[in-house]
Amino acid sequence: MREIRYVDALNKAIREEMIRDGNIFLIGEDIGPLGGTFGVYKDLFREFGEKRVRQTPISESAIIGTAVGAAMTGLRPIAEIMYIDFITTAMDQVINQAAKLSFMSGGNVQMPLVIRTQQGPGTREAAQHSQNLEAWFVHTPGLKVVMPSSPYDAKGLLKSSIRDNSPVIFIEHRLLYFKKGSVPEGEWLVPLGEAEVKKEGNDITVVATSLMVHQALEAAEILSKEISVEVIDPRTLVPLDIEKVIASVKKTGRILILHEAPVRGGIGAEFVRQVTEKAFDYLDSPPRVLGGLNTPIPFSPPLENACVPQVEDIVGMVKEIVKEK
Amino acid sequence: MDINRERLIGMLKTMYKIRLFEERAKKLYKAGMMAGNFLGALHSYIGQEAIAVGACSCLKKDDYVVSTHRGHGHAIAKGGDIKRILAELQGKETGYSRGRGGSMHLFDLKIGLLGGNGIVGAGLPIAIGAAFSSQYKKTSQVTVCFFGDGAATQGTFHESLNIASLWKLPVVFICENNLYAVTTPASETIATPNVGERASAYGIPGKVIDGNDVLLVSATVEEAVKRTRTGKGPTLIECRTYRWDPHCFVITETRPKEEIEEWKAKDPIPRFERKLVEEKIINQEEIERMKSEVIKEMDAAEKFAQESPLPSVETFKEEVCAK
Repeated sequence: MREIRYVDALNKAIREEMIRDGNIFLIGEDIGPLGGTFGVYKDLFREFGEKRVRQTPISESAIIGTAVGAAMTGLRPIAEIMYIDFITTAMDQVINQAAKLSFMSGGNVQMPLVIRTQQGPGTREAAQHSQNLEAWFVHTPGLKVVMPSSPYDAKGLLKSSIRDNSPVIFIEHRLLYFKKGSVPEGEWLVPLGEAEVKKEGNDITVVATSLMVHQALEAAEILSKEISVEVIDPRTLVPLDIEKVIASVKKTGRILILHEAPVRGGIGAEFVRQVTEKAFDYLDSPPRVLGGLNTPIPFSPPLENACVPQVEDIVGMVKEIVKEK
Repeated sequence: MDINRERLIGMLKTMYKIRLFEERAKKLYKAGMMAGNFLGALHSYIGQEAIAVGACSCLKKDDYVVSTHRGHGHAIAKGGDIKRILAELQGKETGYSRGRGGSMHLFDLKIGLLGGNGIVGAGLPIAIGAAFSSQYKKTSQVTVCFFGDGAATQGTFHESLNIASLWKLPVVFICENNLYAVTTPASETIATPNVGERASAYGIPGKVIDGNDVLLVSATVEEAVKRTRTGKGPTLIECRTYRWDPHCFVITETRPKEEIEEWKAKDPIPRFERKLVEEKIINQEEIERMKSEVIKEMDAAEKFAQESPLPSVETFKEEVCAK
């Protein structure tokens, strides 16, 4: 199978879908000749023209609002928010409009809308360009939340998101854009709501999304001689395939959830709740969450690194949990 | 008057429909409240009828309307079914939004009604999207975006007018300036004397007109609709008006009595009616017949709403869990 980069997998997904369905259009900042600040839309402007690749002023409310109005009236917009941090200026349109109008209309209107964005620390861009905000959207009924960790998932999940009739917040990771992975040719999808066991193991279940999947796999590799780690990527947080996680916990008896977002009020807590409710008797040790510190992300490299789980932190925490009785 | 007789009489009838609907809705709302059944906030359109009616009289069935929290008038003027509007106000399954939205959220895609909104100013970017859709699909549909003086002070106003002008979108922005954002006078919220002149900042035509003159509203919107339907881009029209009731019925009236009376004397309905009688387009007898028809319609709507079932909790839970 050929290896392509995450960014190119996204590009292919969008291009294929745009060829398939003329109602799909792209809207966002600097998505024209530049092809988006990270190149996800490379060459699409040249191929599809400004009718379908609509570059906007810096007006996030209008970007999402235009997508909402267009989705209600029969188009299938893909709106890009350059950094997830910038979505704050469009939150009314995301939370009160996109997430709710189909519901509030009693199903009279549909909202087939994808909001693509990227997040994460690691590029020394400080606290307004480095946040992990997935929990906000998971907490808002009416939105689906997708976080692909590999080029394969990026392509398959984006295609499913585009074909979905609900609004989807599609969260990419900046540090994954240039990572390569196997992506088969041809037509296939990754359905929303299907977790994947990225590595099988027997001693502990580690749940991770996005970039953290890679850190978890690296930690599992380091630990492989002493501890058998199972790594599960839920791939989509809404809908959530909790059954696969529960099944794994029933096998391993231990669980660690990883994310870069601050632990306080983070998505890890939701896994802990569901595992505690559904598999309490199977647990050999308390479920744990390893996440970001409860602080804005600082600029300086050592400080930034200290704010999010590093591979050695994961290794340390897994060892600690497995020792617990 | 260069509008045909049928349309003029239709406009008068729709104004009565809105007026009598709002009176009926208010009566039912207050009776419900007395009985301990509080049904949200109700925002009356009484006093502003000329704007919705004048504007929507220029539209086709498939043109879009983006409405506001004060949206019953827009829904009725766009051809909404009074029975389903009243049922929605009562939280019934037969309502436009099946009891999920209520008074502020009336949707009917079949007549281009893209919903009211509980968030002041949120409709403007959505209107841009609807207009973009028509441009994209090369239909000749236009979008009319209603909003108030309160929305004119939100950031979305700027973002939307800027993009609408840049992309020459088929949209007409109608600011219903009823002089108060809830209880705060427009003079304390808007830095310049009016909203309409802001159009020049976006390179589009702007008008400030008497919003209680239905013929003037319709002539002004007609011109803007024609312009935008032929690809010449948006227009901003500020209609000066006044709502007779407080912001909603849970807010205490703070406006001066004399001011309210002064505006009631400028009631858009008798003003239009007098004109139609003078021009011999309608006579008193026909007006009385029209009113009694509208009252009958209200009675039927009230009966329909009251007899309609409330939504089923079981079905609702199933629907929610399926997602």
